[in-house]
Amino acid sequence: MNLILLILLPLLTAVLILLMRNSQQVKLTALIGSVAQLALAFALLLAFRNERVAGNEAQMLFELQYNWFPAWNISFHLGVDGISVAMILLTSFVVIAGVLVSWNVTKMTKEFFFLLILLSLGAYGFFISLDLFILFFFLEIAVIPKYLLIGIWGSGKKEYAANKLALMLMGGSALVLVGLLGVYFGSHQKSFDLITLANTHIPVEVQKICFPLLFVGFGVFSALFPFHTWVPDGHSSAPTAGSMFLAGISMKLGGYGCLRVATYIMPDGAKEYANIIIVLSTIAILYGAFATMMQKDLKYINAYSSVSHCGFVLLGIGMLTKTAMTGAVMQMVSHGLMTALFFAVIGMIYERTHTRQVNEMGGLLKVMPFITTILFIVGFCSLGLPGLSGFVAEMTVFMGSWQHPDPFHRIATIAACMSIVVTAVYILRAIGQTAMGPLKEGYVNLSDAKWNEKIAAIILIGGIIAIGVAPFWLNDLIGPATQIIMNKLAAVQPK
Amino acid sequence: MIEVIRITYYIMNEFLQIRLLQVLPIGWNFGWSLLLIPLLPFAGFLLLGLFGRKYIKNSAGIIATALLLVSTVLSIYIAYVYFFEYGKVMGMYQKFVPIQFTWLEFSQGVSIDFGVLIDPISVMMLAIVTFISLMVHIYSLAYMKGDERFPTYYAFLGLFTFSMLGLVMASNIFQMYIFWELVGVSSFLLIGYYYNKPSAVAACKKAFIVTRFADLGFLLGILILSFHAGTLDFNTLVQRLTVDGSEELHSAYTSTFLGASALTWAAILIFIGGAGKSAMFPLHVWLPDAMEGPTPVSALIHAATMVVAGVYLVARMFPIFSMSEGAMHFVTYVGIFSALFAALIACTQTDIKRVLAYSTMSQIGFMMFALGVSGSNLKNGSLNYSGLGAGYTAAMFHLFTHAIFKALLFLGAGSVIHFIHSNELKDMGGLRKYLPITNITFLIACLAISGVPPFAGFFSKEEILLAAYQHKALIYWIALITSGLTAFYMFRLYFLIFWNKGTIVHGEHHGEGGFAMMLPLVLLAVGAAFAGFIPFGNFVTADGKPMEVVFHWQFSIAPVSIALAGIFTAMWLYRKQNNKPVAIANSLNVFYKAGYNKFYIDELYLFITKKILFNLVGRPAAWFDKNVVDGMVNLTGNTTQLISEKIKEFQSGKVQQYAIYFLAGVIGLAVVFIYIWK
Repeated sequence: MNLILLILLPLLTAVLILLMRNSQQVKLTALIGSVAQLALAFALLLAFRNERVAGNEAQMLFELQYNWFPAWNISFHLGVDGISVAMILLTSFVVIAGVLVSWNVTKMTKEFFFLLILLSLGAYGFFISLDLFILFFFLEIAVIPKYLLIGIWGSGKKEYAANKLALMLMGGSALVLVGLLGVYFGSHQKSFDLITLANTHIPVEVQKICFPLLFVGFGVFSALFPFHTWVPDGHSSAPTAGSMFLAGISMKLGGYGCLRVATYIMPDGAKEYANIIIVLSTIAILYGAFATMMQKDLKYINAYSSVSHCGFVLLGIGMLTKTAMTGAVMQMVSHGLMTALFFAVIGMIYERTHTRQVNEMGGLLKVMPFITTILFIVGFCSLGLPGLSGFVAEMTVFMGSWQHPDPFHRIATIAACMSIVVTAVYILRAIGQTAMGPLKEGYVNLSDAKWNEKIAAIILIGGIIAIGVAPFWLNDLIGPATQIIMNKLAAVQPK
Repeated sequence: MIEVIRITYYIMNEFLQIRLLQVLPIGWNFGWSLLLIPLLPFAGFLLLGLFGRKYIKNSAGIIATALLLVSTVLSIYIAYVYFFEYGKVMGMYQKFVPIQFTWLEFSQGVSIDFGVLIDPISVMMLAIVTFISLMVHIYSLAYMKGDERFPTYYAFLGLFTFSMLGLVMASNIFQMYIFWELVGVSSFLLIGYYYNKPSAVAACKKAFIVTRFADLGFLLGILILSFHAGTLDFNTLVQRLTVDGSEELHSAYTSTFLGASALTWAAILIFIGGAGKSAMFPLHVWLPDAMEGPTPVSALIHAATMVVAGVYLVARMFPIFSMSEGAMHFVTYVGIFSALFAALIACTQTDIKRVLAYSTMSQIGFMMFALGVSGSNLKNGSLNYSGLGAGYTAAMFHLFTHAIFKALLFLGAGSVIHFIHSNELKDMGGLRKYLPITNITFLIACLAISGVPPFAGFFSKEEILLAAYQHKALIYWIALITSGLTAFYMFRLYFLIFWNKGTIVHGEHHGEGGFAMMLPLVLLAVGAAFAGFIPFGNFVTADGKPMEVVFHWQFSIAPVSIALAGIFTAMWLYRKQNNKPVAIANSLNVFYKAGYNKFYIDELYLFITKKILFNLVGRPAAWFDKNVVDGMVNLTGNTTQLISEKIKEFQSGKVQQYAIYFLAGVIGLAVVFIYIWK
């Protein structure tokens, strides 16, 4: 398995899209490209499993390294472990679903799909990079298209939202860059290589400065409280596929960065700041949930609930136990699939009712059974119903968090657990008002999902159920990778 | 093709990792047929849920019923095999785990294992759940006929049956939690089955949220237990936490919080989860509203099976509960209070299904306190059942008989509602002429629940009262009064429906709904009449050893006479139309009103959620986010913009200005060099 394919394939698709003449061709190219991505991601999963089953215990598989800028010791270093494979799978699922639900985009179709594919290129590159400079480079590639996607194809106060999102994410990446440079020089290695950095002990003083920079920088992407306010505005103004990519992929870049970069190479820093992370993420979980309760716009509901759900990712990382950390990665995958599906279904409803206000809808189950069934499934996933992915991830985080016997961690865990009730309240409120109740006049003739919407939904639901019903494969995939991060943490002298 | 087979094989081997831990003497087939019991209804759910609406609309009911019939036969067969052939080894009923595989491993030893646990209570529950479910499936063939979402209805029933059976079989506490949640969601779906009725939507949301709140307790209880015991497996949990001097027990006893040990906390929290599902005070508010669902659903879920899940949970965890005196007292008092409280409300309600709902709550209260009075064995250290467990057997017995007669009551009520198209007692009366079979079967059920010998309820209630009597006089007396009230409100219901005023039946009447509706009524009535003769103590006991239930006829005098008193009072008041009931209600003014309004618990909840959670927490959080947190972000943005506007002016392109800046810079630097740097 050559990892460079993961970069070349989207690149090729993007170039081909630019060469196409009409929108039909563009859409077909994008679809074929995303199907190929999905196939590639599965091939990677299988190849990865085969290697592991065959007894290859190396930390990173399929490594590649080309010298890129020797003067600064920057190399094009690629490789994957279980966490990256999980994230790559997630990305490929979201991309194909996003392409499918955008079938009706008529405005500047070519540019739209080009940007979508470009964004996926950035995400894949990010997840396979083992060199922090390259990683940063791909992170930026994943940010810029979002600005355009919202600014051009968005709705509502889209300029404001696009600016806000781009500036806050840029601010986050600026912090990341400073942190990376700090590590580069502070480690005395003059290296951006993740593995090299992880194998050296970075001086504690450097970690104390660089860890918060990197963690907060990546945290902005992952809706770290109080830097989450781009989430509601950005999502609500973005086009459907934009929201899906934003929540399904971009927010995961942040979580991945927090774990893989910040926590892994700077365990002292992680221990130093773990309590602050826990406090902030617990606040995000509960406060996001309570704020969701008051929202009336479906997109705002999902956006705020994303803040709450992404809190679990950061909480899992902050708990610094293997179980919780595995749970955090599971939550990333689960939330990515779930929230992409949620935004997709919101888009489907909006296309038909032309409103996103829950109190203007009602009884939609009667006219569009398929779409509302998706809404039910995704709602149940969000509130953590067993059999769907959300449950597995949240429970793993809870179990991992409870391993700390001290009152501080206990209180944080209990507070986080409480969110399962609040989540149920807002999800059922949203579903009850949209899908159930008497059918409002004017909605009698609405049509149900079309083929592209059905396929998109089925793919994402497939992912959700595959994790929810058989979580052991994901656990087996992620577990060894988080164990390595934990070993690194355990090797550090306790304070 | 070969590749597909290879991959499938690979998945089966690599991913599923099913391993048989223990094989029953009957052979491995036994294990797989056990798996079929829940999987058949699940197959029905998938089949009808995916294809029902389009392809098999009319035969949906038959398919689901046929699948469940197989499950029922298998369950009863397994119950027979377990109780009479292989279950008992050396005079003791054993716990078997024929199938188990690791579903999700959290850390060393702590994992969710999906398995099947076979012991007396699970086998008993398997039989009763499938049987009642089958009755409801058959009944619904006629009751729900012609409904627009007929296949969906059966799909949901299948989902429910699957989840309930999974819950019953669970060998791991987390597995139980998983099915616990699934049961909750199927209950949600079925209560909200008539989704375009706003009251049904409100009811299903309420049911889900209230039980979710209780499940939070369950979850925290699991977390505490897993932390101290280092396992989630039921058998291992019990082993580790009930042996005197074990490390785990020591840690669970010695770590305390607010004066109670971790073990007590865990037990109480888990009980709160059970109390939510079983509608114990103060988490009962969802149950009466849940009657918005179709009546057969109420019979299955909200009377016979799901609502006793809490009782089953406490019974399953019984050895651990009995290690903590505090937890046992908690269970007892919550149970007895709920029993009395619900019985009082039931006397005043005018909706036939709501009366039955409160009656369910009251009867579950009986089961709960019966478990609670089974005693605690803290004094002797390690678990010792001698002198314990009379209440345990009684509770399980009552669970069994209650499932039968309460399902019968609900299905009878369904037959009445089907006929009269109303739930309100004021629309009914004199129906014995139109509904003869319903009349007889309903009467049998009323006699059974009132505890009149020789009907089923008499025996089980008798055992409960006996256990209470041996424990504490106060509990006994309250239970006695409650059973008098039970007889009263049940016969109030009976006379108001079938006697009292003659009803003018509007339009054409279609009789009793045919064979499909009458068959379950008759079968259940037979059960309600004779199930009491089963020597339950021989089969289901706390320690697996048969227990001889000593029957004192003298003891029965008080309960039977109070039941008869209740029945005759109801007869005197309600047999003929008169104004005595109104006069009594008026004379009890405040009390009657309080009872009629369910003691204002709903209003209290509304106050807490609407006024406190929404207005004092949710709204400020949303406001804070929009104005303060986001305000900071906007402020940063605006300030930057403002500053850049100012800075922009520096680069004006005017040479004179640049000269001034240049000069100012030179002077500034000069000052710095001369005075500061030196």
